[in-house]
Amino acid sequence: MIDSGVRKLALSHLWVAFGAFGLASVLGLYQVLERSGVITAMQSPAVYFASVSTHGVLMAFVLTIFFIMGFGYVTAVSSLKTPLWNPAFCWAGFWLALAGTGLAALPLLIGRASVLYTFYPPVQANALFYIGATLLVVASWLWCVVMIVMHGQWKKAHPGEPVPLPMFATTANAILWLWTSAGVAAEMLFQLIPWALGLAATVDVGMARTLFAWTLHPIVYFWLIPAYLALYSFVPKAAGGRLFSHELGRAAFVMLLVFSLPIGFHHLYMDPEQGAGFKLSHGVGTFLVALPTLMTAFTVTASMEMAGRQRGGSGLFGWIGALPWRNPMVLAGILAAAMLVLGGFGGIVNASYAMNAMVHNTAWVPGHFHLIFAGTTVIMYMAIAYYIWPQLNGKALCSDKLPLIQLWSWFIGMVILTTPWHILGLLGQPRRISSVTYNSLLTLAWEPYELAMIVGGGVLTASALLFLHILAKSQRQSVTEQSFEIEYAEYFHPVTRVPALLNGFTVWNLIILALMLANFGYPIAQFFLVKTFGSTGWGY
Amino acid sequence: MHIDPLEKKWIYVVLAAIALFLGVIFYTAAVRNIHPPGHIETVDSASLHLGEEFAEDKLGARAQADGSVRVTLVAARYGFYPRDIRVPEGTPVTFRIASADVLHGVHVPMTNMSTMIVPGYISTVTTSFPKPGEYPMLCNEYCGMGHDHMWSKLTVVARERWNAAE
Repeated sequence: MIDSGVRKLALSHLWVAFGAFGLASVLGLYQVLERSGVITAMQSPAVYFASVSTHGVLMAFVLTIFFIMGFGYVTAVSSLKTPLWNPAFCWAGFWLALAGTGLAALPLLIGRASVLYTFYPPVQANALFYIGATLLVVASWLWCVVMIVMHGQWKKAHPGEPVPLPMFATTANAILWLWTSAGVAAEMLFQLIPWALGLAATVDVGMARTLFAWTLHPIVYFWLIPAYLALYSFVPKAAGGRLFSHELGRAAFVMLLVFSLPIGFHHLYMDPEQGAGFKLSHGVGTFLVALPTLMTAFTVTASMEMAGRQRGGSGLFGWIGALPWRNPMVLAGILAAAMLVLGGFGGIVNASYAMNAMVHNTAWVPGHFHLIFAGTTVIMYMAIAYYIWPQLNGKALCSDKLPLIQLWSWFIGMVILTTPWHILGLLGQPRRISSVTYNSLLTLAWEPYELAMIVGGGVLTASALLFLHILAKSQRQSVTEQSFEIEYAEYFHPVTRVPALLNGFTVWNLIILALMLANFGYPIAQFFLVKTFGSTGWGY
Repeated sequence: MHIDPLEKKWIYVVLAAIALFLGVIFYTAAVRNIHPPGHIETVDSASLHLGEEFAEDKLGARAQADGSVRVTLVAARYGFYPRDIRVPEGTPVTFRIASADVLHGVHVPMTNMSTMIVPGYISTVTTSFPKPGEYPMLCNEYCGMGHDHMWSKLTVVARERWNAAE
C-alpha cells in the first residue's frame, strides 16, 4: 500500500521528469529540421547548439535523475512493504534537485552554456550552469542514501531472508550511481567550477576528459537499471507468467554494478591523453558487461515464452503471437528488446576499437545511443508510468488504446530516426553539426537521410506529446478507484534462500574499489606525474 | 543457488561469443599491431608557434628516411592547417596534430584516419590510403559556433606523382 505522502512525492518527481522530457522532445524536432537545411530561415548555429545542449541535459540528467528518484521511492515502499524512511529528507532532495535544474536552465536557455551535456572544456559555460548541474547530482545522492538505509533496515528486520528483487536492483542502482557520479562531481568541484569562477586560470583538458569518462559509461546503466527492473518484475507478470530465474536476475544486477564501472575509456579510444594498454583493459570490461544484458535477455524471453505457451501458443515461435500484445507493459517490453538487439549490435562495433575508428564521433554514435537510451530505456520508463499511474492516482488510465498507439509510434519513430543516422555515420557525417557546408560531393549522399530523420523526429515528438496528454488526462479524471498496490512478478523456481553474496553489496563494493584503482588509478595519477599544460577558457 | 541447465548452456554460449570478440581484438593488437591512438605526449597549446614541431614553417607533409610520410598539422578554429595536404597512395602516413585552442576531432570519411585533438596533448595516428582521390578532412568534435565550417582538404595522389617538397 502506497500512502498519500509517497504518492505525492513520486508524482512530483515524475512530472518534473516528464515535463523535461516533453520540452526536450520538441527541441529534438527543431534540431532535425535545422540540421537538414530545408528551411533556410531557421539556420542558426547559436540557437542550434543552445538547443542541443539543453536537449542533452534535459534528457540525460533531468528526465533520468527525477524519474529514477521518483520510481525508486515507489519501488522501496511497495516491494519492502515498509513506510518511507525520512520523508522530509526525500523532499529536501527533490527541492535541491529542482533548484539545481533551474540554475542550470537559466544560462542554457539563453545560450550562455552551449557546451553540450558533456561539458567539453576548454569551451567555457557560465558558472551557474556547472553549479546547477552539480546541485542536481548532489541532490540525487540524498536519494541514494534513502535507498541504502531502507535496504539495510529491512535486512536487519528480516535476518536471513532475501531482499525482494526490485529493491535489490534499486539499491544496486543507488550504489552504482554513487560510484558513477564521483567522476563528474570531481571534474566539477576541482576543475570546472573553480575555473569558471576565475579561481583557477587553466584547466587540464586531458584530466577533465578522463574524469568524465569515469562517469560516462556507468551512467548508461544507472538509466537502464529501472528498465531492467521492469523487464524482470513487471513484464512477466503483465504477460500472465512468472519470472524464470530470480537468482540469476540478482547476479545480473550485481554484474551490471561491478562491470559497468571500470570501462569508461571506450569513450576515449581516439584520445591522445590515455595509453593503448588501459584502453584495451577498459575494452575487455566493455565486452564483459554484455554478459548480464544477455542473461537478462534469456531470463525475460524464457519468462515470456512460458507465459505465451500457457496462453495457448505453440510451435517454435507461436508463443510470441499468443502474448498479450495489447498490454502496454508487454508491448513495451517486446519493442524495448527489439531496439536493444539493434543498439547492442552497434555497441559491439563501437567497443571494437579498430572498427570504432571508422565511426567515432560520426552520426553513427547518436544513432546508437538514441536506440539504447531513447529507445530501450525511455520506452520502459513510459510503460512503468502507464503501470504505476493508476496506482499513484487511484484512477485508471483514460484510455486502453492511446497508450498502445503511443508506444508503437515511439518505436516506429525511433526506427525512422536512427536508421538514417547510422547510415549517415557510415557515410562519414560528423555528429553535432548544425549545417552541411563542406564543399564535397560526399555530402550529396547525405541529403535523403537528413530528410528521413525529419519524419522520425516528427513522429517521436507527436508520440512524446501524446504520452504527456495520456498522463495528464488520466490524472484529471474525477472517478477514483482506490487501488494503490504495485504487484511484482512471482518466481518460477520458488525462492527459499539466496547466497549472502547475492543479498548484499559489501564484498562487491570492495571488488569495485580494486577494479577502479586498477583501471583509473594510474590514468588519473599520470596527470600529476608528468608535466601537463592547462588551457585557459574559450568562448564559443 | 539454482541455475537451470538451459540457462547454464546459454551462459556458456555468451561467454564463448565474448571470448571470440576479445580474441580477435587481442590478436589484432598483439600480432597485427593495431592500436588506438594514445601516446601521452604533452605540448603547450598556447605557444605552438614558438615550439620546435608545430611552428608555421614546420607544418605540412614531409617524406621520411624510411619511405613513410609525416604530416604535421595544427588544428585551430576553424580548419586544419595547412588546409591543403597531398599524400601518396598506399604509403604509411603518420599524422602529428596539436590544437592551438579548444577540443577538436579529425576524421577522413570512409577511412580510419580519425583521432581526437585535445589541447595540451599531441595526437599521433598512422594509416595509409589505398585509393587516390580528394577527401574532406572534417572536424568531428563540437568546437564553437563555426564548427560546421571546420574542414580541410586531403588529396591522395599516385605514388609517382607525389612530390616530397609539396
